[in-house]
Amino acid sequence: ARPRSPWGLSDPYDNNEDQDKEYVGFATLPNQVHRKSVKKGFDFTLMVAVSEGESGLGKSTLVNSLFLTDLYKDRKLLNAEERITQTVEITKHTVDIEEKGVKLKLTIVDTPGFGDAVNNTECWKSVADYIDQQFEQYFRDESGLNRKNIQDNRVHCCLYFISPFGHGLRPLDVEFMKALHEKVNIVPVLAKADTLTPSEVKKKKIKIREEIEQYGIKIYQFPDCDSDEDEDFKQQDSELKESIPFAVIGSNTVVEAKGKRVRGRLYPWGIVEVENSAHCDFVKLRNMLIRTHMQDLKDVTRETHYENYRAHCIQSMTRMVVKERNRNKLTRESGTDFPIPALSGAADDTEKLIREKDEELRRMQEMLQRIQDQMHTQKEAY
Amino acid sequence: MSVSDVARQTDNGARHLSLAGHVGFDSLPDQLVNKSIFQGFCFNILCIGETGIGKSTLMDTLFNTNFENFESSHFEPQVKLRAQTYDLQESNVRLRLTVVNTVGFGDQMNKEDSYQPVVDYIDKQFESYLQEELKIKRSLHNYHDSRVHACLYFISPSGHSLKSLDLVTMKKLDSKVNIIPVIAKADTISKSELHKFKIKIMSELVSNGVQIYQFPLDDETVAKVNTTMNGHLPFAVVGSTEEVCIGNKMVKARQYPWGVVQGVSVENENHCFVKLREMLICVNMEDLREQTHTRHYELYRRCNVEEMGFKDTGPECKPVSLQQTYEAKRQEFLVELQKREDEMRQMFVQRVKEKEADCKDAERELQSRFEQLKRLHADEKAALEEKKKLLEEDQSSFKRRAAAQLLQAQSLTANGKKDKDRKNSGFM
Repeated sequence: ARPRSPWGLSDPYDNNEDQDKEYVGFATLPNQVHRKSVKKGFDFTLMVAVSEGESGLGKSTLVNSLFLTDLYKDRKLLNAEERITQTVEITKHTVDIEEKGVKLKLTIVDTPGFGDAVNNTECWKSVADYIDQQFEQYFRDESGLNRKNIQDNRVHCCLYFISPFGHGLRPLDVEFMKALHEKVNIVPVLAKADTLTPSEVKKKKIKIREEIEQYGIKIYQFPDCDSDEDEDFKQQDSELKESIPFAVIGSNTVVEAKGKRVRGRLYPWGIVEVENSAHCDFVKLRNMLIRTHMQDLKDVTRETHYENYRAHCIQSMTRMVVKERNRNKLTRESGTDFPIPALSGAADDTEKLIREKDEELRRMQEMLQRIQDQMHTQKEAY
Repeated sequence: MSVSDVARQTDNGARHLSLAGHVGFDSLPDQLVNKSIFQGFCFNILCIGETGIGKSTLMDTLFNTNFENFESSHFEPQVKLRAQTYDLQESNVRLRLTVVNTVGFGDQMNKEDSYQPVVDYIDKQFESYLQEELKIKRSLHNYHDSRVHACLYFISPSGHSLKSLDLVTMKKLDSKVNIIPVIAKADTISKSELHKFKIKIMSELVSNGVQIYQFPLDDETVAKVNTTMNGHLPFAVVGSTEEVCIGNKMVKARQYPWGVVQGVSVENENHCFVKLREMLICVNMEDLREQTHTRHYELYRRCNVEEMGFKDTGPECKPVSLQQTYEAKRQEFLVELQKREDEMRQMFVQRVKEKEADCKDAERELQSRFEQLKRLHADEKAALEEKKKLLEEDQSSFKRRAAAQLLQAQSLTANGKKDKDRKNSGFM
């Protein structure tokens, strides 16, 4: 009798060989995990950042295209005058979407107006603070007594929109990415790619990748695929890695092209199809972000970025505490991050003792030296 | 498992949107499953039962392998636990299984504290997970989870009721681990006796407030089968590692003169061994792990962390509490550090003293040599003075003699000239 899962998606014991072999049945564990995860539902927080204003680079259109829904129904667009001194206000939109029984709570974090004001030095700070705040809230919740209702608002991925109108990365782009690359998974995106020809796209991508390397920006790295994966998969994987930054086009409208209804943009000189791989990397981005790497983005956030934040937070807290305690005492400052021990009274005495002994030693050394000198001079006298 | 796996809260504020096409996030469960398979699974099962009741045999039969077993003696002075870990694989799923058996349970004269080693073991696993969670640099995602996920409690097939040891032990464990009671060596109980026995056991458990593990009913796909199974508790099992030829197959069974009892049997309703495996492994293994993490571990953590001084009073107080907690932990560390520092200081002072003594000796030696050299000097000087004096004396005496000789020579020559002159004047 073969073990069977009651709902078996893919029964692991389906093959016809070894019909008589007796199985324990724990290969159904993945099915159990699958079932429980579907029941629990998923969540994902995506941050979109543009350096040139809210309505500039097609960010909301792209988000709508990715998730095939209209997230920004009631937003207002500011005109240029209002944007001169606009502060960066980070807003969140949360929606519940469901597909084939799988529920996803999707949160899109907007950073509107970032880079749009005239003076943009350190405007990414509020973005970095936002990310840190989510980490901090999670840290507190996780350290509390009752952990039953923790809401995970940590940012899992940041799509950074690079303008196609320049020669590559701008100083603002570099500063922004460097401020955040150790807090969140950055996926750079080349926006409005329908203003670029294929060769221009290729050149720009190479340039941007070089600049990313040159400035030491750590963008999200796709995990390497196993060596025992089939060739197709490996091919896809290397193509994916070479498509960074993804050149994307978004569209909220459906047009008719070659008798089919597709999402696209209608120009006098032709129709740009969003889901056509020859036109842009939208499909690659969507597949990567949603269909294949969503879980990994969450895992990297949890296991790397959050853990780094937490460790840093604890260490700085203890340093603060130690500094307060030892304000009136003598301490030896150490360069490591370990807590500095406070010397108690008894230890002070031994320290004094040691200092005295040092003095004595020094005196004796001087005396010896003097005697030696004396001998020298007397020898010479004879 | 992470903390946000504990419970995903239902958000009332989010709006529900419909999708205009296939987005593709329905692959999320598969992505998660792929990662789990890649990481591998682990399961820890604890068997409590009297010596010789069939714990190891049942484990062998359940997992279809031959774990290294040996018969324990009845004369253990106290209850011990023996844990063994195995790496199993089926299809593409790797499982790290840890089987913990009690040794000497129920053998002692005084069984009042028999439960204690078991409780200590379970707490120890919780504690080490908690320690890992509290570390500064932690790696929970590849931490080998040693917490006990399921506890099989072996009830002796007396046919009448539970023993007091059983009640006491299960009462101590029901808030720490998922208890699944089984009736061991059930081939000594007849059909009618078994039914009565089960009812008696369950009523005793209920009246004493022992909470055993209930198979979950929240998922529709398995609710029905789990409900039925809950009604069959405790499972009556017969384990066997010997194989007997039945028909034309070799099956695990026990052969008696009056018949064969199959260890694995589908048709036989009494001996629910196959159900145990199905329930434990195929249907509810993940739920057992989840219950351990979200219920039992959280309870342990809450009690322990409260002792450390946490207060759950709100975000403003949290940083202070955290500070206090970490301070408490740091105090221990500091005390240890201080002790080591003191030892080092003492050693240092001692070495300094030794060096001092050496230096003093060296100084004394130098001094004495200096004196010696000085004396030598003085002696040589004196000797030289002597010689000088002698030399001077020699010089002066030589001078005198030289002067005297000269005088003599002068006077001789003067006299000789006078004589010559007289001689010459005498001839004329």
